[in-house]
Amino acid sequence: MRQAEAVYALWFREFKVFTRERSRIVTSIFTPLLWIFVFGGGLGSTVNIEGINYQVYIYPGIVAMSVLFSSVFYGVYIIWDRKIDILKEVLVAPLSRYSVFVGKVLGGCTDSMIQAIVMLLISFAVGVYLSPLSFLLAILILFLLSLSLVSTGLIIGSLMESPEGFNMVVSFLVFPLFFFSGALYPLNNLPMWLSAITYMDPVTYGVDGLRTATIGVSQFPLHIDLAVLAVFAAVMFTMGTKTFERMK
Amino acid sequence: MGNAIETFELTKRFKNIMAVDHLNIKIKQGEIFGLLGPNGAGKTTTISMLCTILRPTEGTATVNGFDILKEPDEVRKSIGIVFQQPSVDDILTGRENLVLHAMWYGVPKAIRRERIDEVLKLVGLESRQNSLVKTYSGGMRRRLELARGLLHLPKVLFLDEPTLGLDPQTREVIWEYIEQMSRSRDMTIVLTTHYMEEADRLCNRIAIIDQGKIIVMDTPEALKAAVGGDMVCLRTTPADPERFRKIEGVSKVEVQEDYVVLTVRNSGERLQEILAASGKVESVQIRPASLDDVFISYTGKEIRPETGEGGIAQRIMRQRTLR
Repeated sequence: MRQAEAVYALWFREFKVFTRERSRIVTSIFTPLLWIFVFGGGLGSTVNIEGINYQVYIYPGIVAMSVLFSSVFYGVYIIWDRKIDILKEVLVAPLSRYSVFVGKVLGGCTDSMIQAIVMLLISFAVGVYLSPLSFLLAILILFLLSLSLVSTGLIIGSLMESPEGFNMVVSFLVFPLFFFSGALYPLNNLPMWLSAITYMDPVTYGVDGLRTATIGVSQFPLHIDLAVLAVFAAVMFTMGTKTFERMK
Repeated sequence: MGNAIETFELTKRFKNIMAVDHLNIKIKQGEIFGLLGPNGAGKTTTISMLCTILRPTEGTATVNGFDILKEPDEVRKSIGIVFQQPSVDDILTGRENLVLHAMWYGVPKAIRRERIDEVLKLVGLESRQNSLVKTYSGGMRRRLELARGLLHLPKVLFLDEPTLGLDPQTREVIWEYIEQMSRSRDMTIVLTTHYMEEADRLCNRIAIIDQGKIIVMDTPEALKAAVGGDMVCLRTTPADPERFRKIEGVSKVEVQEDYVVLTVRNSGERLQEILAASGKVESVQIRPASLDDVFISYTGKEIRPETGEGGIAQRIMRQRTLR
């Protein structure tokens, strides 16, 4: 009971930060909008994929991207919390590390899901119309994706000592996860090497599941997408709790 | 009265450095205990181990009867900590910081509000409780930290350099709060500092530590008495130091380029003799031995303030030849 309240307090803190640091929200929505309307709109004026306008085709990929970026970054912000010493207050409190991790994960998922909902709400602007059911399916997929990626970010953040490593995370983790996910291209006609990597990128299954939910095209059956995402989330979450237990 | 804290050969080694070297201290229930020493002496490391943030390399300790290795959770519930670096959350209001702390420490909901009001009042932050902490001054942050440390009624409160980097007025205010806290509740307070006057003013007992070892542990009065009198500083062209040594009550003579520092018992009575022995004197300053002098007499070193405290002139007056 006490731990549940503590988790709520941790979540509440993250939520307050999210609502007060408006710039974080605006920035994280702005980039995906550029992708959809400038990149997607520009290429979409001449390019169709599988009979679908390119802008529409990449829309689910970009929604997944916004969740990917915000989730991983959220986790890495813990380095700043450590740097400015506010993490210490939590770490010396009589809380189990498991609770600390759960509170942080919930905080990060909340941030990402608020963004995801905003991104889903603008679907009509690209000509995608979501039924309530497909909206809920999209939310489920994005939640699983964000759960695993927030955990991933927190693991990295708890292992890294300085914010200087932040750029490395972007270059060597976030961008590869994005570019190999097939967010910007179909998976069915790729060269062998690229195809192999996309299959190993968990974000691929998020993008693919979202395509099923929003525009009705996909590479894998939905249950495969969901199963891969669920396993990925479970693995990262478990690893995260273990890492937090060992964190100093 | 029992001991609030006992350490048993408590040791922390970082690679080759002995940060804390087989420390054995007993801190009594209800006392204000000071750990005094220069930077890197092992004060913060000691506190970190007692707070169960850091695991000792060797030895152990009990805090409120709980073993820091076996019952860290019980230790954490029974202590409050005010860190050297402020750890209050900038983006929250003062009150929100306290609400979260109360939830983390399991302060029952029924009394949470009342308790928060009480600590806010104690540190005089009632009027600013709903402002974001980022609008607070350094002193206000420190006060909020103090309030937070007290919120869950800890039996032991650890204060790591509670007034580091604060201006003199704010320091005075913080000291008053600390004294008030110690009086109003039967709370044991352990503070680290490298400000001598802080330890002198607040502490019932002081342990001077250097390089992880306790050099001496006693009341501030006893420590000062052990120096052997007042400090008499004469600004003068150097006379023969032997002439001073012959004067009764003079226990130490240090000759510098243009001044002499004597340690003298009953300095008032000896002043005539001293002046007679020193020839032409430009100025004389007599002051009671401070903990600075204690520290120097035990370690042969001066405590270096972390900030530019003290001023150069004062530093020159304090400077001593190392024996």
